[in-house]
Amino acid sequence: MRARRIEEAVFKMLMVLATLLVAASLLAVLAIVLIKGLPALTLDMVTKTPKGGYYLGKEGGVLNAIAGSLCLGIGATVAALLLSLPIVFYLQDEYGGRSRLAGMVRLSLDVLWGIPSIVYGAFGFAIMLYFGLRASLLGGIIALCLVELPIMARAMHEVVRMVPAELKEASYALGATRLETGRQVVWRYALPGVITAILLAFGRGIGDAAAVLFTAGYTDYLPSSLTEPAASLPLAVFFQIGTPFPQVQQRAYASGAILLAIVLLLSAIFRLLARRSEVHVLR
Amino acid sequence: MSHISIRELNVSYDGHPALKDISVDIPDGQITAIIGPSGCGKTTLLRCCNRLIDLTDGAQVNGSVLIDGVNILDPSVDIITLRKKTGYLAQRPYPLPMSIYDNVAYGPRIHGLKDRRRLDQIVEHCLRATSLWSEVKDRLKSPAAKLSVGQQQRLCLARALAVEPEVLLGDEPTSALDPISAQQVEKRLVELKGAYTIVLVTHILRQAKRLADYVIFLYMGELVEHGPAAEVFQNPRDTRTKAYLGGEVS
Amino acid sequence: MSREAKDRLAAGVTAIAAILCLVLAFGIAIALLVKSRPILATSSVSRLLLSSSWHPMKREFGLYPFIVGTLWVSGLAMAIAVPICLLTAVYISEYSHRRVRAIAKPLLDLLAGIPPVVFGLWGVLAIVPLVAALADRAGSFSSGYSVLAGGIVLAIMIFPIVISVTEEVLRKVPLDARAASLALGATRWQTTKHVLLRAALPGVFAAMVLGFSRAFGETMAVLMVVGNVPAIPRSLFDPAYPLPALIANNYGEMMSIPLYDSALMFAALVLLAVVLVFNVLATLVLRGLERRIA
Repeated sequence: MRARRIEEAVFKMLMVLATLLVAASLLAVLAIVLIKGLPALTLDMVTKTPKGGYYLGKEGGVLNAIAGSLCLGIGATVAALLLSLPIVFYLQDEYGGRSRLAGMVRLSLDVLWGIPSIVYGAFGFAIMLYFGLRASLLGGIIALCLVELPIMARAMHEVVRMVPAELKEASYALGATRLETGRQVVWRYALPGVITAILLAFGRGIGDAAAVLFTAGYTDYLPSSLTEPAASLPLAVFFQIGTPFPQVQQRAYASGAILLAIVLLLSAIFRLLARRSEVHVLR
Repeated sequence: MSHISIRELNVSYDGHPALKDISVDIPDGQITAIIGPSGCGKTTLLRCCNRLIDLTDGAQVNGSVLIDGVNILDPSVDIITLRKKTGYLAQRPYPLPMSIYDNVAYGPRIHGLKDRRRLDQIVEHCLRATSLWSEVKDRLKSPAAKLSVGQQQRLCLARALAVEPEVLLGDEPTSALDPISAQQVEKRLVELKGAYTIVLVTHILRQAKRLADYVIFLYMGELVEHGPAAEVFQNPRDTRTKAYLGGEVS
Repeated sequence: MSREAKDRLAAGVTAIAAILCLVLAFGIAIALLVKSRPILATSSVSRLLLSSSWHPMKREFGLYPFIVGTLWVSGLAMAIAVPICLLTAVYISEYSHRRVRAIAKPLLDLLAGIPPVVFGLWGVLAIVPLVAALADRAGSFSSGYSVLAGGIVLAIMIFPIVISVTEEVLRKVPLDARAASLALGATRWQTTKHVLLRAALPGVFAAMVLGFSRAFGETMAVLMVVGNVPAIPRSLFDPAYPLPALIANNYGEMMSIPLYDSALMFAALVLLAVVLVFNVLATLVLRGLERRIA
């Protein structure tokens, strides 16, 4: 009898310790990067591009990477959204959801979901070589779109699946077509979940280095056209931390802090948007 | 008003028969109640009348359901126009994810009505017909999900009326409501019956006795007895009907 | 265009998108296979996978050290993560106050969104010196850039996703199962141990597998702390060179040395194959669980 109680107490203590450890380590990650990064975060860092000698410690900033990351992230997310929406709608019962193709699509999404982004980068690179393209913003957008697509589609699929069949029936019973029901009923009902799915995918895309390494390249200039290489914040961090100069390494932390700030800010905004669109969800 | 004729209707789900050889005429302009113990096929029969049965996986339908002489089960029938003719009220109210106004205006809008003034008129008319108007006229733009369950069901009725149907189909439309709201919905249905043919599925015998002009009794997928309410309730002919009405089976 | 025509057009578009998705999935495997053909023509698969000789200039592309390195680092990450995540997930799901759970879920989602490169930064800052100091205490030398550093950073990186999925799996076990056990007088921990974990075992296992394949395929965070020396690590304090890091680091040289690009594409193919197997397995188990409970 006492042994049971002791066991319970011991495990409970272990559980609390584990939870605290998880919380502490994750918060430590946030804290240390922000603490180390904020001192080096000058106005120059966010408003200027690297000038000559930047990587040796001279002046400039990472505006090229900030702008590049935003272009890459937004481009890839929009592209992934344009693909995900039709796929997810197809998987509904009233479209192709019960067909063999749908089963295969679901499996494909599961397969694609777990593929490491470096593999997408290698694939993107292979395709670019085949077509004779060089590292460019467009290449990076395509590779990131591939990374984001399964994440977005899977999350959206879960949400659209949850739309009550009876709600859709209420629309069909009034004589609506599938398209009308999809646009006016399903879309509105699933909106909070869709917004969250977009956030998830965008966060993953903007933070990814492995996929853009081969495909977007890097440059010290602001993104000017789809066919020119583009910088990105994760790679900016990586390159700066790799130099032997402490001032430049400091800037790596600052860049990391900027990236973190962007991700956290976007997260907060999207969550707010999702919350506000929950108005129509039936309890 | 539309005339509904069901002839030799057979429905099975994945091989299991749900309705066997149903043939019956549903009278115009009256409230017809489909009664019977649970699982006997009442909802299946109802859903054949507006082809909602199409949405059920694995359902096989044979026979004919004639509305105004046209067999609606024929694959070449224009489902959209059919569903405009038949309004549907489900067991639990499902307000569309939009404002109260847009819920009622949804039907007319998708069928092509764009004139704002006409829409305003229709919305007001239908909300008055379900006695919701006084309760919601100051918040037509607020989300429908915020209404109480009873109000939501009346909204669903208003929504169904907005497309100017001739038939109203109700699948136990008051079973999810509190007694007062249920009473209100029942009252509205009685008021509407002259202008519409109303078919209600109900498992509450007392409700059938209150509302029905005509009764269809189903048992295990078979049409056991049908006729004017007074006859069926006072002088049931079949033993199964007697057993059900007497409370031996439920 | 009539309403029906618009509806049919939209349905067509969705079908095309679905087919595109399929094409993509197959396309990746096929493209990598095609690019790997040159190197597969010169060496057998077993030579590539089992040889430790990595000398690209001499056309020797033994991937063994990298595979071993990947396994060491991912394995260590799992060894750290599995017990901690399990304990945390059980705590959140069964023991904690409702408010803790309400904060925990969104917090975990937030933390799952931290970019890997940030974890790498933190690793360089905090973990690498720690490992160097530990090695010093243990009597061996290490620069800090090691399997241990990689394992720790990876473990922390996969905490959010493994905890989230495990917690969700535990929540799906019906309340009745717990109620029955508690009603018989079992303690909460006994209920968890004997009833909950047993019922949710496939799902928990699937969550762990998902975590493993995330760890296996992670590039950036590991690359920054693991040392990138192409040799088989002999201890936790030795550096390693996981497959993703290999591909990422040598992208620059890959075009100038013959067959190098093909070798790296083959490495990507190996990564793909391993991760695929694990992920499909885990997802099948998770879906099977859902169907059983639903």
